[in-house]
Amino acid sequence: MSLLFDIVLSLIVVALAVRVIVAEDGFAAVVSFAAYGLLVALAWVRLYAADVSLTEVAISGGLAGMLLIGAASRLRAIDARAAAQRSGRGVRLFAALLSCGVAGGLGLAVLALPDPAPSLAEAAVANLPPTGVGNPVTAVLMAFRATDTLLETVVVVLALVGVWSLAPDRLWGGRPGAREHADPNGPLAFLARVLPPIGVVVAVYLLWAGASEPGGAFQGGAILAATWLLVIMAGLSDAPATHGHGLRWLLVAGPLLFLAVGFAGIWLADAFLAYPTDWAKALIVAVEVAKLLSVAAALGLLLLGPPRRIDTP
Amino acid sequence: MSLLADLLTIVGVGAGAFFFLAGTVGLLRFPDTLTRLHALTKADNLGLGLIVLGLLPRAGLSGGLKLIVIWALVLLASSSASQLIARVAHRGERER
Repeated sequence: MSLLFDIVLSLIVVALAVRVIVAEDGFAAVVSFAAYGLLVALAWVRLYAADVSLTEVAISGGLAGMLLIGAASRLRAIDARAAAQRSGRGVRLFAALLSCGVAGGLGLAVLALPDPAPSLAEAAVANLPPTGVGNPVTAVLMAFRATDTLLETVVVVLALVGVWSLAPDRLWGGRPGAREHADPNGPLAFLARVLPPIGVVVAVYLLWAGASEPGGAFQGGAILAATWLLVIMAGLSDAPATHGHGLRWLLVAGPLLFLAVGFAGIWLADAFLAYPTDWAKALIVAVEVAKLLSVAAALGLLLLGPPRRIDTP
Repeated sequence: MSLLADLLTIVGVGAGAFFFLAGTVGLLRFPDTLTRLHALTKADNLGLGLIVLGLLPRAGLSGGLKLIVIWALVLLASSSASQLIARVAHRGERER
Protein backbone atom coordinates (compact mmCIF):
# COMPACT_ATOMS: atom_id res chain seq x y z
CA MET A 1 0.00 0.00 0.00
CA SER A 2 2.74 2.45 0.92
CA LEU A 3 4.65 1.33 -2.19
CA LEU A 4 1.64 2.34 -4.29
CA PHE A 5 1.58 5.72 -2.52
CA ASP A 6 5.31 6.23 -3.18
CA ILE A 7 4.96 5.34 -6.86
CA VAL A 8 2.02 7.72 -7.35
CA LEU A 9 3.88 10.46 -5.45
CA SER A 10 7.00 10.01 -7.61
CA LEU A 11 4.95 10.08 -10.81
CA ILE A 12 3.18 13.30 -9.77
CA VAL A 13 6.51 14.92 -8.83
CA VAL A 14 7.97 14.06 -12.24
CA ALA A 15 4.80 15.22 -14.03
CA LEU A 16 4.91 18.55 -12.16
CA ALA A 17 8.61 18.97 -13.01
CA VAL A 18 7.77 18.48 -16.70
CA ARG A 19 4.93 20.98 -16.37
CA VAL A 20 7.27 23.59 -14.89
CA ILE A 21 9.48 23.24 -17.97
CA VAL A 22 6.81 23.22 -20.67
CA ALA A 23 4.56 25.92 -19.17
CA GLU A 24 4.15 28.78 -21.67
CA ASP A 25 3.30 31.38 -19.03
CA GLY A 26 5.81 32.32 -16.35
CA PHE A 27 3.10 32.52 -13.70
CA ALA A 28 1.81 28.99 -14.43
CA ALA A 29 5.38 27.66 -14.19
CA VAL A 30 5.81 29.32 -10.77
CA VAL A 31 2.57 27.87 -9.42
CA SER A 32 3.60 24.40 -10.61
CA PHE A 33 7.01 24.90 -9.02
CA ALA A 34 5.46 25.73 -5.64
CA ALA A 35 3.27 22.62 -5.83
CA TYR A 36 6.34 20.62 -6.87
CA GLY A 37 8.17 21.89 -3.76
CA LEU A 38 5.31 20.77 -1.48
CA LEU A 39 5.24 17.28 -3.00
CA VAL A 40 9.04 16.94 -2.84
CA ALA A 41 8.75 17.82 0.86
CA LEU A 42 6.25 14.96 1.18
CA ALA A 43 8.78 12.68 -0.54
CA TRP A 44 11.43 13.68 2.02
CA VAL A 45 8.99 12.72 4.80
CA ARG A 46 8.60 9.30 3.14
CA LEU A 47 12.42 9.00 3.26
CA TYR A 48 12.35 9.74 7.03
CA ALA A 49 14.17 13.05 6.50
CA ALA A 50 11.82 15.37 8.39
CA ASP A 51 14.49 18.09 8.81
CA VAL A 52 15.08 18.30 5.06
CA SER A 53 11.35 18.22 4.47
CA LEU A 54 10.72 21.21 6.75
CA THR A 55 13.42 23.20 5.00
CA GLU A 56 12.12 22.19 1.57
CA VAL A 57 8.56 23.23 2.36
CA ALA A 58 9.62 26.55 3.92
CA ILE A 59 12.14 27.51 1.25
CA SER A 60 10.96 25.92 -1.99
CA GLY A 61 7.22 25.91 -1.42
CA GLY A 62 7.02 29.14 0.55
CA LEU A 63 9.77 31.72 0.15
CA ALA A 64 11.09 30.74 -3.28
CA GLY A 65 7.50 30.55 -4.52
CA MET A 66 6.88 34.11 -3.34
CA LEU A 67 10.14 35.34 -4.84
CA LEU A 68 9.32 33.73 -8.19
CA ILE A 69 5.74 35.06 -8.22
CA GLY A 70 7.17 38.56 -7.74
CA ALA A 71 9.64 37.95 -10.57
CA ALA A 72 6.94 36.50 -12.86
CA SER A 73 4.58 39.43 -12.32
CA ARG A 74 7.40 41.89 -13.09
CA LEU A 75 8.40 39.92 -16.19
CA ARG A 76 4.80 39.72 -17.43
CA ALA A 77 5.15 43.10 -19.13
CA ILE A 78 8.06 41.90 -21.25
CA ASP A 79 6.84 38.31 -21.60
CA ALA A 80 5.15 39.01 -24.93
CA ARG A 81 8.25 40.65 -26.37
CA ALA A 82 10.45 37.85 -25.06
CA ALA A 83 8.17 35.28 -26.69
CA ALA A 84 8.47 37.11 -30.02
CA GLN A 85 12.26 36.84 -30.05
CA ARG A 86 12.65 33.23 -28.98
CA SER A 87 16.07 31.77 -29.37
CA GLY A 88 16.68 29.59 -32.42
CA ARG A 89 15.82 25.93 -32.69
CA GLY A 90 19.46 24.89 -32.45
CA VAL A 91 20.06 26.74 -29.19
CA ARG A 92 16.91 25.29 -27.66
CA LEU A 93 17.79 21.77 -28.79
CA PHE A 94 21.28 22.19 -27.32
CA ALA A 95 19.82 23.40 -23.99
CA ALA A 96 17.42 20.45 -23.90
CA LEU A 97 20.22 17.97 -24.65
CA LEU A 98 22.44 19.53 -21.99
CA SER A 99 19.65 19.35 -19.38
CA CYS A 100 18.84 15.74 -20.28
CA GLY A 101 22.55 14.92 -20.08
CA VAL A 102 22.86 16.40 -16.60
CA ALA A 103 19.66 14.64 -15.43
CA GLY A 104 20.82 11.32 -16.93
CA GLY A 105 24.28 11.70 -15.38
CA LEU A 106 22.77 12.42 -11.97
CA GLY A 107 20.49 9.38 -12.32
CA LEU A 108 23.44 7.14 -13.24
CA ALA A 109 25.47 8.50 -10.32
CA VAL A 110 22.62 7.76 -7.89
CA LEU A 111 22.13 4.26 -9.30
CA ALA A 112 25.89 3.57 -9.14
CA LEU A 113 26.06 4.28 -5.39
CA PRO A 114 27.32 1.26 -3.43
CA ASP A 115 24.62 -0.62 -1.53
CA PRO A 116 24.51 -0.15 1.43
CA ALA A 117 25.63 3.44 0.97
CA PRO A 118 28.63 4.59 3.05
CA SER A 119 27.21 6.40 6.07
CA LEU A 120 28.48 8.43 8.99
CA ALA A 121 25.09 8.21 10.69
CA GLU A 122 26.30 5.73 13.32
CA ALA A 123 29.36 7.82 14.16
CA ALA A 124 27.16 10.92 14.45
CA VAL A 125 24.71 9.20 16.81
CA ALA A 126 27.55 7.69 18.89
CA ASN A 127 29.05 11.14 19.45
CA LEU A 128 25.76 12.84 20.38
CA PRO A 129 26.19 12.90 24.21
CA PRO A 130 29.07 15.45 24.37
CA THR A 131 27.05 17.98 22.31
CA GLY A 132 24.08 17.85 24.69
CA VAL A 133 21.53 17.93 21.83
CA GLY A 134 19.31 14.96 20.97
CA ASN A 135 18.73 15.56 17.25
CA PRO A 136 21.63 14.14 15.19
CA VAL A 137 20.89 16.59 12.35
CA THR A 138 21.27 19.57 14.70
CA ALA A 139 24.45 18.03 16.12
CA VAL A 140 25.92 17.68 12.61
CA LEU A 141 24.93 21.25 11.64
CA MET A 142 26.01 22.96 14.85
CA ALA A 143 28.92 20.83 16.11
CA PHE A 144 30.43 18.27 13.73
CA ARG A 145 30.18 20.42 10.60
CA ALA A 146 29.77 23.84 12.22
CA THR A 147 32.11 25.47 9.67
CA ASP A 148 29.63 24.80 6.85
CA THR A 149 26.74 26.21 8.85
CA LEU A 150 28.76 29.30 9.81
CA LEU A 151 29.57 29.97 6.15
CA GLU A 152 25.93 29.44 5.18
CA THR A 153 24.73 32.07 7.64
CA VAL A 154 27.33 34.46 6.20
CA VAL A 155 26.24 33.66 2.63
CA VAL A 156 22.64 34.71 3.39
CA VAL A 157 23.88 38.13 4.57
CA LEU A 158 26.17 38.45 1.52
CA ALA A 159 23.23 37.64 -0.79
CA LEU A 160 21.26 40.43 0.86
CA VAL A 161 24.17 42.85 0.34
CA GLY A 162 24.10 41.80 -3.32
CA VAL A 163 20.37 42.53 -3.60
CA TRP A 164 20.74 45.91 -1.87
CA SER A 165 23.58 46.80 -4.24
CA LEU A 166 21.06 46.84 -7.10
CA ALA A 167 19.61 50.08 -5.71
CA PRO A 168 20.66 53.33 -7.41
CA ASP A 169 22.81 55.66 -5.27
CA ARG A 170 20.04 58.12 -4.40
CA LEU A 171 17.84 55.32 -2.99
CA TRP A 172 20.61 53.72 -0.91
CA GLY A 173 19.37 53.18 2.63
CA GLY A 174 15.73 53.66 1.62
CA ARG A 175 12.80 51.31 2.14
CA PRO A 176 12.40 48.22 -0.07
CA GLY A 177 9.25 47.47 -2.07
CA ALA A 178 6.22 49.66 -2.64
CA ARG A 179 4.10 50.91 0.26
CA GLU A 180 1.24 48.44 0.53
CA HIS A 181 -2.28 49.81 0.79
CA ALA A 182 -4.51 46.83 1.47
CA ASP A 183 -8.08 47.25 2.66
CA PRO A 184 -7.73 47.62 6.47
CA ASN A 185 -10.96 45.67 6.98
CA GLY A 186 -10.30 43.11 4.24
CA PRO A 187 -9.44 39.42 4.57
CA LEU A 188 -5.69 39.98 4.14
CA ALA A 189 -5.54 42.44 7.04
CA PHE A 190 -7.64 40.03 9.10
CA LEU A 191 -5.23 37.19 8.38
CA ALA A 192 -2.26 39.45 9.16
CA ARG A 193 -3.78 40.22 12.57
CA VAL A 194 -4.70 36.64 13.49
CA LEU A 195 -1.70 34.70 12.19
CA PRO A 196 1.40 36.50 13.62
CA PRO A 197 1.02 35.23 17.23
CA ILE A 198 0.64 31.69 15.88
CA GLY A 199 3.58 32.17 13.49
CA VAL A 200 5.86 33.44 16.28
CA VAL A 201 4.93 30.55 18.57
CA VAL A 202 5.52 27.97 15.80
CA ALA A 203 8.88 29.57 14.89
CA VAL A 204 10.11 29.54 18.50
CA TYR A 205 8.80 25.99 18.94
CA LEU A 206 10.68 24.81 15.84
CA LEU A 207 13.86 26.41 17.16
CA TRP A 208 13.49 24.91 20.64
CA ALA A 209 12.40 21.48 19.38
CA GLY A 210 15.32 21.52 16.93
CA ALA A 211 17.66 20.56 19.78
CA SER A 212 16.02 17.17 20.19
CA GLU A 213 13.61 16.68 17.26
CA PRO A 214 13.36 17.84 13.64
CA GLY A 215 13.44 21.62 13.38
CA GLY A 216 15.98 24.37 13.88
CA ALA A 217 16.90 27.99 13.37
CA PHE A 218 16.59 28.00 9.59
CA GLN A 219 13.09 26.52 9.48
CA GLY A 220 11.95 28.74 12.36
CA GLY A 221 13.53 31.76 10.70
CA ALA A 222 11.69 31.07 7.44
CA ILE A 223 8.35 30.96 9.27
CA LEU A 224 9.17 34.14 11.19
CA ALA A 225 10.10 35.85 7.91
CA ALA A 226 6.84 34.72 6.28
CA THR A 227 4.84 36.09 9.23
CA TRP A 228 6.66 39.41 9.01
CA LEU A 229 6.08 39.62 5.24
CA LEU A 230 2.37 38.93 5.72
CA VAL A 231 2.11 41.91 8.09
CA ILE A 232 3.96 44.13 5.59
CA MET A 233 1.88 42.92 2.63
CA ALA A 234 -1.36 43.63 4.48
CA GLY A 235 -0.19 47.23 4.99
CA LEU A 236 -0.27 46.94 8.78
CA SER A 237 3.41 47.84 9.02
CA ASP A 238 5.84 49.43 6.58
CA ALA A 239 9.03 47.77 5.36
CA PRO A 240 12.00 48.97 7.43
CA ALA A 241 14.44 51.56 6.11
CA THR A 242 17.63 49.69 5.22
CA HIS A 243 19.92 52.33 6.75
CA GLY A 244 18.74 51.52 10.30
CA HIS A 245 21.56 50.46 12.62
CA GLY A 246 19.26 48.20 14.65
CA LEU A 247 18.25 46.31 11.52
CA ARG A 248 21.84 45.90 10.34
CA TRP A 249 23.00 44.65 13.75
CA LEU A 250 20.09 42.19 13.72
CA LEU A 251 21.21 40.89 10.33
CA VAL A 252 24.78 40.17 11.45
CA ALA A 253 23.92 39.08 15.02
CA GLY A 254 23.76 35.38 14.08
CA PRO A 255 27.04 35.15 12.15
CA LEU A 256 28.82 37.41 14.69
CA LEU A 257 27.76 35.37 17.73
CA PHE A 258 28.61 32.16 15.84
CA LEU A 259 32.10 33.53 15.05
CA ALA A 260 32.59 34.76 18.62
CA VAL A 261 31.66 31.35 20.04
CA GLY A 262 33.92 29.73 17.44
CA PHE A 263 36.94 31.85 18.41
CA ALA A 264 36.20 31.38 22.11
CA GLY A 265 36.44 27.65 21.40
CA ILE A 266 40.14 28.05 20.61
CA TRP A 267 40.83 28.89 24.27
CA LEU A 268 38.02 26.98 25.96
CA ALA A 269 38.06 23.74 23.96
CA ASP A 270 41.32 23.79 22.01
CA ALA A 271 39.85 24.21 18.53
CA PHE A 272 38.03 26.75 16.37
CA LEU A 273 34.27 26.12 16.62
CA ALA A 274 34.68 23.48 19.34
CA TYR A 275 32.42 23.73 22.39
CA PRO A 276 33.46 23.09 26.01
CA THR A 277 31.50 19.95 26.94
CA ASP A 278 29.64 21.39 29.94
CA TRP A 279 28.44 24.40 27.97
CA ALA A 280 27.81 22.77 24.60
CA LYS A 281 24.01 22.76 24.62
CA ALA A 282 23.68 26.26 26.11
CA LEU A 283 26.08 27.70 23.52
CA ILE A 284 24.38 25.86 20.64
CA VAL A 285 20.95 27.12 21.67
CA ALA A 286 22.27 30.70 22.10
CA VAL A 287 23.80 30.66 18.61
CA GLU A 288 20.56 29.17 17.22
CA VAL A 289 18.48 31.97 18.77
CA ALA A 290 20.72 34.64 17.22
CA LYS A 291 20.65 32.74 13.91
CA LEU A 292 16.84 32.56 14.01
CA LEU A 293 16.55 36.36 14.22
CA SER A 294 19.23 37.01 11.59
CA VAL A 295 17.85 34.43 9.16
CA ALA A 296 14.30 35.76 9.57
CA ALA A 297 15.42 39.36 8.93
CA ALA A 298 17.65 38.38 6.00
CA LEU A 299 15.07 36.15 4.27
CA GLY A 300 12.34 38.77 4.70
CA LEU A 301 14.54 41.53 3.30
CA LEU A 302 15.71 39.29 0.43
CA LEU A 303 12.10 38.88 -0.64
CA LEU A 304 11.34 42.60 -0.26
CA GLY A 305 14.14 43.34 -2.72
CA PRO A 306 16.41 46.36 -3.19
CA PRO A 307 15.54 49.75 -1.65
CA ARG A 308 13.05 51.54 -3.92
CA ARG A 309 11.91 54.69 -2.10
CA ILE A 310 13.41 57.16 0.30
CA ASP A 311 11.47 58.76 3.13
CA THR A 312 10.55 62.35 2.32
CA PRO A 313 10.69 64.45 5.50
CA MET B 1 -15.27 0.17 21.71
CA SER B 2 -12.48 -0.35 19.22
CA LEU B 3 -15.07 -1.46 16.68
CA LEU B 4 -16.85 1.86 17.18
CA ALA B 5 -13.56 3.74 16.76
CA ASP B 6 -12.77 1.80 13.59
CA LEU B 7 -16.22 2.53 12.25
CA LEU B 8 -15.80 6.26 12.95
CA THR B 9 -12.43 6.22 11.16
CA ILE B 10 -13.80 4.40 8.11
CA VAL B 11 -16.88 6.61 7.82
CA GLY B 12 -14.99 9.86 8.53
CA VAL B 13 -12.04 9.27 6.20
CA GLY B 14 -14.30 7.79 3.52
CA ALA B 15 -16.68 10.78 3.61
CA GLY B 16 -13.69 13.17 3.65
CA ALA B 17 -12.18 11.48 0.60
CA PHE B 18 -15.56 11.73 -1.14
CA PHE B 19 -15.70 15.48 -0.50
CA PHE B 20 -12.14 15.88 -1.83
CA LEU B 21 -13.13 13.97 -4.97
CA ALA B 22 -16.30 16.04 -5.39
CA GLY B 23 -14.32 19.26 -4.86
CA THR B 24 -11.75 18.23 -7.45
CA VAL B 25 -14.44 17.32 -9.99
CA GLY B 26 -16.07 20.70 -9.32
CA LEU B 27 -12.74 22.50 -9.75
CA LEU B 28 -12.30 20.83 -13.14
CA ARG B 29 -15.89 21.08 -14.40
CA PHE B 30 -17.41 24.31 -13.09
CA PRO B 31 -17.56 27.21 -15.56
CA ASP B 32 -16.14 30.26 -13.74
CA THR B 33 -13.81 31.30 -10.94
CA LEU B 34 -16.43 31.88 -8.24
CA THR B 35 -18.16 28.52 -8.64
CA ARG B 36 -14.77 26.77 -8.83
CA LEU B 37 -13.80 28.44 -5.54
CA HIS B 38 -17.10 27.26 -4.09
CA ALA B 39 -16.24 23.67 -5.02
CA LEU B 40 -12.71 23.99 -3.66
CA THR B 41 -13.74 25.29 -0.24
CA LYS B 42 -15.98 22.27 0.26
CA ALA B 43 -12.98 19.99 -0.25
CA ASP B 44 -10.70 22.09 1.97
CA ASN B 45 -13.02 22.63 4.89
CA LEU B 46 -15.50 19.77 5.02
CA GLY B 47 -13.25 17.09 3.48
CA LEU B 48 -10.28 17.83 5.70
CA GLY B 49 -12.55 18.25 8.74
CA LEU B 50 -14.11 14.82 8.18
CA ILE B 51 -10.69 13.18 7.69
CA VAL B 52 -9.44 14.81 10.91
CA LEU B 53 -12.59 13.64 12.70
CA GLY B 54 -12.03 10.11 11.40
CA LEU B 55 -8.39 10.10 12.53
CA LEU B 56 -9.11 11.45 16.03
CA PRO B 57 -9.71 8.03 17.68
CA ARG B 58 -6.27 6.87 16.45
CA ALA B 59 -4.23 9.95 17.32
CA GLY B 60 -4.25 10.07 21.13
CA LEU B 61 -4.76 13.29 23.08
CA SER B 62 -1.84 15.51 21.99
CA GLY B 63 -1.86 14.19 18.43
CA GLY B 64 -5.61 14.77 18.23
CA LEU B 65 -5.26 18.35 19.49
CA LYS B 66 -2.57 18.97 16.86
CA LEU B 67 -4.87 17.60 14.14
CA ILE B 68 -7.68 19.92 15.24
CA VAL B 69 -5.33 22.93 15.32
CA ILE B 70 -4.10 22.05 11.81
CA TRP B 71 -7.68 21.88 10.58
CA ALA B 72 -8.47 25.26 12.17
CA LEU B 73 -5.39 26.82 10.55
CA VAL B 74 -6.31 25.41 7.14
CA LEU B 75 -9.85 26.78 7.59
CA LEU B 76 -8.46 30.22 8.37
CA ALA B 77 -5.92 30.23 5.54
CA SER B 78 -8.15 28.76 2.83
CA SER B 79 -11.15 30.94 3.60
CA SER B 80 -9.00 34.10 3.61
CA ALA B 81 -7.24 33.05 0.40
CA SER B 82 -10.51 32.29 -1.39
CA GLN B 83 -11.91 35.66 -0.26
CA LEU B 84 -8.88 37.34 -1.83
CA ILE B 85 -9.14 35.34 -5.06
CA ALA B 86 -12.88 36.01 -5.26
CA ARG B 87 -12.29 39.75 -4.83
CA VAL B 88 -9.81 39.83 -7.71
CA ALA B 89 -12.12 37.72 -9.89
CA HIS B 90 -15.11 39.93 -9.06
CA ARG B 91 -13.21 43.12 -9.84
CA GLY B 92 -12.00 41.65 -13.14
CA GLU B 93 -15.58 40.73 -14.08
CA ARG B 94 -16.92 44.21 -13.39
CA GLU B 95 -14.21 45.87 -15.48
CA ARG B 96 -15.01 43.71 -18.47
